[in-house]
Amino acid sequence: MTKRIVVPFVLALGLLFGAAGAQAQTLMDSGANVRDQASLQRGAKLFMNYCSGCHSLHFMRYSRIAHDLGLSQKDVMQHLDFTGGKFHDNIVSAMPVDGARQWLGKAPPDLSLVVDEMGADWVYTYLNSFYFDPSTTVGWNNTILKNAAMPNVLWELQGIQVAKMSTPKPGDKPVVEGLELKRPGRMTPAQFHAATRDLTAFLEYVSDPSALPRHSMAPWVLLYLAGFTFLALLLKHEYWKDVH
Amino acid sequence: MIKVFSKEWFVERAPGLLPAYRKHMTEYYAPKNFNFMYYFGSLALLILVNQIVTGIFLAMFYTPSARQVFPGVSEAFASVQYIMRDVDWGWLIRFMHTTGASMFFIVIYFHMFRSLMYGSYKKPRELVWLLGMLVFLILMAEAFMGYVLPWGNMSYWGAKVIISIFSAIPWIGDTLVTWIMGNFIVGGPTLNRFFSLHVIALPLVLLLLVVLHLAALHEVGSNNPDGVDVKHGPKGNRWSPDAPKDGIPFHPYYTLKDMVGVGVFLLICAFIIFMAPKVGGWFIEHENFAPANSLVTPPDIKPVWYFSPFYAILRTIPDKGLGALALLCSIAVLFFMPWLDRGKVKSIRYRGTSYKVALTLFAIAFVCLGLIGADVASKVILHVLGPNTDITWWLHLIGYIFIAIYFGYFVFLWVYTFFGLERTKPVPERVTTHD
Repeated sequence: MTKRIVVPFVLALGLLFGAAGAQAQTLMDSGANVRDQASLQRGAKLFMNYCSGCHSLHFMRYSRIAHDLGLSQKDVMQHLDFTGGKFHDNIVSAMPVDGARQWLGKAPPDLSLVVDEMGADWVYTYLNSFYFDPSTTVGWNNTILKNAAMPNVLWELQGIQVAKMSTPKPGDKPVVEGLELKRPGRMTPAQFHAATRDLTAFLEYVSDPSALPRHSMAPWVLLYLAGFTFLALLLKHEYWKDVH
Repeated sequence: MIKVFSKEWFVERAPGLLPAYRKHMTEYYAPKNFNFMYYFGSLALLILVNQIVTGIFLAMFYTPSARQVFPGVSEAFASVQYIMRDVDWGWLIRFMHTTGASMFFIVIYFHMFRSLMYGSYKKPRELVWLLGMLVFLILMAEAFMGYVLPWGNMSYWGAKVIISIFSAIPWIGDTLVTWIMGNFIVGGPTLNRFFSLHVIALPLVLLLLVVLHLAALHEVGSNNPDGVDVKHGPKGNRWSPDAPKDGIPFHPYYTLKDMVGVGVFLLICAFIIFMAPKVGGWFIEHENFAPANSLVTPPDIKPVWYFSPFYAILRTIPDKGLGALALLCSIAVLFFMPWLDRGKVKSIRYRGTSYKVALTLFAIAFVCLGLIGADVASKVILHVLGPNTDITWWLHLIGYIFIAIYFGYFVFLWVYTFFGLERTKPVPERVTTHD
């Protein structure tokens, strides 16, 4: 009887997740790993140097980063704190919101939860998809967020990409078919991918810092519960011996 | 001289206590042939306790306020992140609560399906079924209001869409919507009253209904996979000469068996909580990590997965009034199950083949409506048929088919049993596993 109930259930679940997998768009695989502390440290450095001028992490404290990323208070305050905040302060960009609205048309969003909202792959793809576009006000465009208000702040690392446009049918507008590195930056493409992977991993950690304790605790919790279940099973069998 | 707090001391002061314990635990004789499907009642009770306990702690730190604390972010939204980051073990408490909410519905849907499989809603358990349906109704309201509290963008727009369903009621609709929201738009007052309803009003009603549901069950006794009433079978077992021969005391037999179920269930829950608490956007939706914003509509507004079958019914029917009516009917019709099904045989094991087919189709329709409501169906169709597909046409087609099957089940059941078309197998005298 159990089999007759469990099998369709498993099939339904398979269908569900198979279907969910079918949704995958043309995003790049970020390969970000929040359990790689060195990667998180490099990502934090990139974020503080290139992003924190405009983007806040209102839900993250410097002290929490120090604690979770294995850094000392001195490390963090000297090398990562460019917003003038105190050690236990949240990371709030120095850019005034009203000013930002005037300068860029839109205040740069807080990035505390960006990976939970958009997904790590989206963030990674976004960072890799800027191209030179003189028709926009900031001179840059992005293939997955069209006419983004943000310029490519990592251009000196990445270099300058340009769009390969399609040859359209008459009446249609040309669309971006792919990106091409026109002028190399300080990093090779492989180095830049690794750097943006670090940045993505850091933002993934910031979105949910509980991932670190959760993942390290998980095996012990599951082991404990498995032991409990096993004992419960033995006890049940002992009591049920006389039920025929 | 009776010793204080001794058994006799209690018996003298609260004479009803021990008999009540016996009636519901050690001398509640449940059929001994419960199978896998019978774990879900006790699991539902476990989740209810989990939701209350974790909810108490969440309410200590959560602030139900739509006031802005920094640009674009409300106090409510910020307080959830405060729980996640600054409160010791706050993340565990919150993920236990969010996972509990989704697991509650998984368990309840299994529990209800069990009832359909084995005819547990039939005489003499009609009241048990009706009280259970009321529990389900209150649970849906409770879950909906809880989902609004983090004040994310999907909370906001979800609340807007669900509340606006009430505007389909003729004459009083619009006034009613304003009354529910406490404002002309979904806003601070809505959040405050939903918090109040979520933490006080609805849990009280829920608890009362659960107690009545159990009391009603223990009066008539549990059904079982054979659908045979053990109370009408032979008498006398090891514990009592008047007790049903095929019954065993709930405690310790089923408390211990349920403990195994609890262990497996907790393993699944712990895996989710510790490894993937958002379950890929199914238990906590991605869009809800953006704060509520009345100017930015999410690309597709949809309720959490557990409402999606009903949401699909609402959305497939283009007319708002008819859609709302169909939604109402899809839940209301379940209340009439005991009177729609006139068949004398309870368990699916001994019912006609057509019944088995109908119930299977009903389950498939329910799941598929869920996939439509959760926006999975549209993506699958686009994936299979290519990007130029007329997606609306396809969604309407499959939507109507599954709605027809959903309601068709109830119509079929009545016709099938009222006109005696069902050819049942002989029902055994006693449960099949007796010695």
